[in-house]
Amino acid sequence: MKNLIRISLLIVFIVGSQLNSNAAEKAEYLKTDWSFKGPFGKFDRAALQRGYQVYTEVCSSCHSMKYLSYRNLVQSGGPEFSEAQAKAIAASFEVKDGPNADGEMFMRPGRLSDKFVMPYENEKAAQAANGGAYPPDMTVLVKARGGGVDYIYSLLQGYEDPPAGITLDDGVYYNKYMYGNKIKMSNQLSDGLVEYSDGTNATVEQMAKDVTTFLMWTAEPHLETRHRMGFKAIVYLIILTVLVYFSMKKIWSRIETEV
Amino acid sequence: MSEHEYTPKSKVGKWFNDRLPLLTLANHLTDYPTPKNLNYWWTFGGILTFCLITQIVTGLVLAMHYIAHADLAFGSVEHIMRDVNYGWLIRYIHANGASMFFLAVYIHIFRSLFYGSYKSPREIIWIIGIIIYLLMMAAAFLGYVLPWGQMSFWGATVITNLFSAIPLVGEGIVTWLWGGYSVDNPTLTRFFTLHYLIPFLILGLVVLHIWALHVPGNNNPIGIDIQKPSKDTVPFHPYIVIKDGFALLMFMIVFAFFVFYTPNILGHADNYIEANPLVTPAHIVPEWYLLPFYAILRSVPDKLLGVIAMLSAILILAALPWLDTSKIRSAVFRPLYKQFYWILVADVLILGYVGAMPAEGLYLLIARVATAYYFLHFLVILPVLGFKERTIPVPLSITEPILAGSTNLATAKNKDSIINQ
Repeated sequence: MKNLIRISLLIVFIVGSQLNSNAAEKAEYLKTDWSFKGPFGKFDRAALQRGYQVYTEVCSSCHSMKYLSYRNLVQSGGPEFSEAQAKAIAASFEVKDGPNADGEMFMRPGRLSDKFVMPYENEKAAQAANGGAYPPDMTVLVKARGGGVDYIYSLLQGYEDPPAGITLDDGVYYNKYMYGNKIKMSNQLSDGLVEYSDGTNATVEQMAKDVTTFLMWTAEPHLETRHRMGFKAIVYLIILTVLVYFSMKKIWSRIETEV
Repeated sequence: MSEHEYTPKSKVGKWFNDRLPLLTLANHLTDYPTPKNLNYWWTFGGILTFCLITQIVTGLVLAMHYIAHADLAFGSVEHIMRDVNYGWLIRYIHANGASMFFLAVYIHIFRSLFYGSYKSPREIIWIIGIIIYLLMMAAAFLGYVLPWGQMSFWGATVITNLFSAIPLVGEGIVTWLWGGYSVDNPTLTRFFTLHYLIPFLILGLVVLHIWALHVPGNNNPIGIDIQKPSKDTVPFHPYIVIKDGFALLMFMIVFAFFVFYTPNILGHADNYIEANPLVTPAHIVPEWYLLPFYAILRSVPDKLLGVIAMLSAILILAALPWLDTSKIRSAVFRPLYKQFYWILVADVLILGYVGAMPAEGLYLLIARVATAYYFLHFLVILPVLGFKERTIPVPLSITEPILAGSTNLATAKNKDSIINQ
């Protein structure tokens, strides 16, 4: 009987490994150390602030961030801008409000309670401005892609000249990490593209890492609380489990049966 | 099974109990004689009750903040994740709770298969269990649609379209289910209503499941009937309560790990993209717990036959008490059945694996072989095995290690033990 199990398991493994090797054609993602990984992971505050800068100066001209509000920039566990900074950021955007008493829509400076201003009026306008491709909303983008942060980080640095034999249409670019390798977004990052206010050298790698960190936060704004609470909850559960285990042993010792 | 009549001690208690015997019920539940040799595979009943209550409680809170509207559902889920106090925690418990629920139910079902818990006199418990399992799958599928992500939308499209395979009325049924000519807002609102209803149906069936269990009492790892309650059983409280509690805590540690550290690993990334009827995802896959049945569905080239095969794969379980012709319950005393049991486990795992892969080439071939074997196990192997198998002699009782076929039979009989099998 044990032999039979072993044989069947062996078959499963052999077949399984064969199937996996078929799927392993995709490029390996670039790796970097993410401060937010692991049970004690936290965001790098400075990286979040730099990442916000990259998003605003580069990505936000096409990509919306519709579930984020300016007030979120102040919240603990995020970039933690000061309230004055966040108010200034919000005020630098024009927000459509209304209708007023005359029934007119009007523009006013943004407030903390406003959602991030969208680059386009609607999805159709976004497509029209981008050769038919809709730049996806970025709020939960890292959770909406199989490779997560590693995928986004790699994609931003994955632009290459197409290999011989592949012809690209106008407005289509070659990216070795993109599904199918064809992407309608051109290479956005180049060394020194933004000027970091904290003096960090704005290499492509640095900007890719910062903006990806920022996107991880926009997707999981409560990640730090989650990690902290998880640690406490699991430690609590383990202690309780041990106590219950010994209580159980004590109770079952009244009868002969082993528990 | 209760060995004595219960009378409340206080006068008030007696007055109340004569009119509504709740105290008798409570007494029955605490004193309920449980086989003392139950192993940890038996703790999953309690764990499943915990899962159901967790899903209902977290679900109630989510329903207070969720908006069942095609244009607003996705945003309302993000609102829960961001702005509702501990909304992220409640949603992650609910989403991972579904997976934990299925993990526990699969262990519970396979425990039944191993120890023959579905056999006489426990057929009704088993059949109610299968109905609960079916309702769980319905609830899980409906719930997965509610966030209105890409996988929600396309999963709903694929599954509801299965009904179109029914001859003559199929198309009409699909339109009726959708409330229109495609999966859209009316589909979402009715799915939300049904997703809210089904857990309470499950709760009712769970009560019947436990009631039916308390008539013959628990099966046990040896699979023989209780001979002497005083020797073979322990009262449910405190013995089983503390043991179930210990197992539940272990389970909760695993649960907590998923919720706090890898909350999205069991979901599909595409479900964080808002539903878009104009863009079909590259691969439409259901949640992991439905994959074996998805593999069976796709392994049949004909749509109608595929649906029939998938449904039969579940419904065949309801006939199991009559397909398994062996009089011996526990696989411990059935050397051949034990082997086939583990092959079935491997078969279902393989089906689950190929269900996640594209239905082409080698995957499709494996899915077909595994599907054929699945049915072969229930329709041929089990009925034949009952007649052909040479079983190992079973003990006379849970406490006495004497085997029915042993030479000590006479001595055993003198000890007032009764041969069961």
